[in-house]
Amino acid sequence: MTAASRLGTEPNKVTRGVILGVVGAVFAIPLIALLQFTFRDGLGGGYTLEHWNNLIGEDAARTYRSLFQAIGNSVVLAIVTVGIVLVLLLPTMILVHIQFPKFSRVLEFICIIPITVPAIVLVVGLAPVYGVVVRIFGSGAWTLAFAYGITVLPYAYRAIQSNLDAIPAVMLSEAARSLGADWPTVLRLVLLPNLRRGVLAASFISVAVVLGEFTIASLLNRTNLQTALLQISQSDPYVAAIFAFLALAVAFGLLLLIGRLGASRKRSRE
Amino acid sequence: MTSSIPIASTIAPSLSASTGATVELIGVVKNYGTHRALNSIDFSITPGEFVALLGPSGCGKTTALRALSGLELIDGGRIVIDGDDVAGVPTNKRDIGMVFQSYSLFPHLTAIENIEFGLRMRRVSASERRGRATEALDMVGLASFAERFAHQLSGGQQQRVALARALVTRPRVLLLDEPLSALDAKVRVQLRDEIRRIQIELGITTVFVTHDQEEALAVADRVAVMREGVIEQIGTPEELYSAPSTPFVADFVGLSNRIAAELVDGRVIVHGASMALLGEPMADGPVTAFVRPENVEIVSSGVPATVVSSSFLGSLRRTQVILSDDSLLSIQHHVDLRPQQGDPVFVRLTASPVSAVRRTL
Repeated sequence: MTAASRLGTEPNKVTRGVILGVVGAVFAIPLIALLQFTFRDGLGGGYTLEHWNNLIGEDAARTYRSLFQAIGNSVVLAIVTVGIVLVLLLPTMILVHIQFPKFSRVLEFICIIPITVPAIVLVVGLAPVYGVVVRIFGSGAWTLAFAYGITVLPYAYRAIQSNLDAIPAVMLSEAARSLGADWPTVLRLVLLPNLRRGVLAASFISVAVVLGEFTIASLLNRTNLQTALLQISQSDPYVAAIFAFLALAVAFGLLLLIGRLGASRKRSRE
Repeated sequence: MTSSIPIASTIAPSLSASTGATVELIGVVKNYGTHRALNSIDFSITPGEFVALLGPSGCGKTTALRALSGLELIDGGRIVIDGDDVAGVPTNKRDIGMVFQSYSLFPHLTAIENIEFGLRMRRVSASERRGRATEALDMVGLASFAERFAHQLSGGQQQRVALARALVTRPRVLLLDEPLSALDAKVRVQLRDEIRRIQIELGITTVFVTHDQEEALAVADRVAVMREGVIEQIGTPEELYSAPSTPFVADFVGLSNRIAAELVDGRVIVHGASMALLGEPMADGPVTAFVRPENVEIVSSGVPATVVSSSFLGSLRRTQVILSDDSLLSIQHHVDLRPQQGDPVFVRLTASPVSAVRRTL
């Protein structure tokens, strides 16, 4: 019996299994149902591969043009959002951590705010802002990434900050400077390699958030994966289900990858 | 300067090419808000000299070192290395080598890659880099640890790699910021002696910050004792120990008994002994004298005292006694003499010069 279980902090095997089973079922049942639905053969019952085949058929590109277009938009949005995180948030966080630690609380507060504001409220504020954005940058799909750059802040901030806190960033940058490195070199050769895990986690979680975003896009009359899925579900619920499933699978895959990053890094160093 | 210092055969030619630089701090001032961390510091270091900055925490010794490295910008004064005023020069252009307290090795690089880092910054070719880094690693006795990452090295090994990394670029000045403080006692002494050996062999001007007076006295050519942002005294270890210029130095460097005494005709009179006064002359009156434990003897007749405790310290023994006026005295003596707790003894103060401060009654 371990010390932890004696203290009652660690549940026994059976309890653990039950908890895992219940939680797993909560997540798995809707997904399995969704997947099962994509193989349904109309209302009559039975199963078919027809819906999946339709997607790779000759007419697919034409039939689902708007959907593929929306997927393209979402991919672009994901890339631009990650770009915003890497170009704006990451250097700001490093700068505050190393040079202006007294501002770290302020930065944390600012980055956490978006999680406390419901998307619908955010849109009310964003609508007039986008009036200006459209005038300056045009109405390209990618401009929505400015809004997404804000909504992913809390997640990206946490991922990067936990990595920053885990390395002696100040000491490493001072050591590098004493060896003749200027600031860009410190960033490139010393800090970024040691922040790899946090930066990748922040990027993947940003991609996952962007791929799943519906409210802002819908209320600003933009087309992304989620709005297109809603639209297509009204005419072809099977295809909507297939893409919803695939989007979830990609997001899950990314999250699993984040989880493995830390582990694989540790293993490679042993 | 290098030519006057014998180069040991263990030091590779590529490293021994470094020459010591002169370093001068002239009226250096550094403020943190309203707190003055350095209050017009002046000192100069000759080429190849090893100077220790010693003092309690918060005395400004680390700030002085960081000002020298450029990691802290100064608010006044000049910092001159080999005739160049470097006060406005950023750290990466000062051509210094620095070893930090701990954990400063780049965790994503191996030991050899860490050492190569400074050479990479100086655009040294890959083959020359590897050769020089290998020599540097060899110099600190870790040739077989080239491919290890920091977390695969002990604390002492990490600091050796950090030392090799700081020296491989042949910097003008080596700065050591309490490099031994995170190590255990035995490794600390070993590495301390090794740093000194390498420093002498390379002839590199070195500034070493420490709060450990034993460490400072053991390795430095000269020690600067700092307090509240000023240098109280700078001198050889012998000067600091035997002729402290201020009571603070007398108290901080080595052990001292603080004994109530009288100053009469410029001499310190205490327990029947008359001792010369070190430092600035003072007016006669009551003073507190700082008397070294080795300047107190256990004798067959003298001032009566009772033994409180006695501890064996290897090559010597230190005994505490209490006098009739309830004051405690530490005495350092030969190990063969073994006083027991409660033993009545007689003590005597030798006539060595002492420091003293005015005592308010």
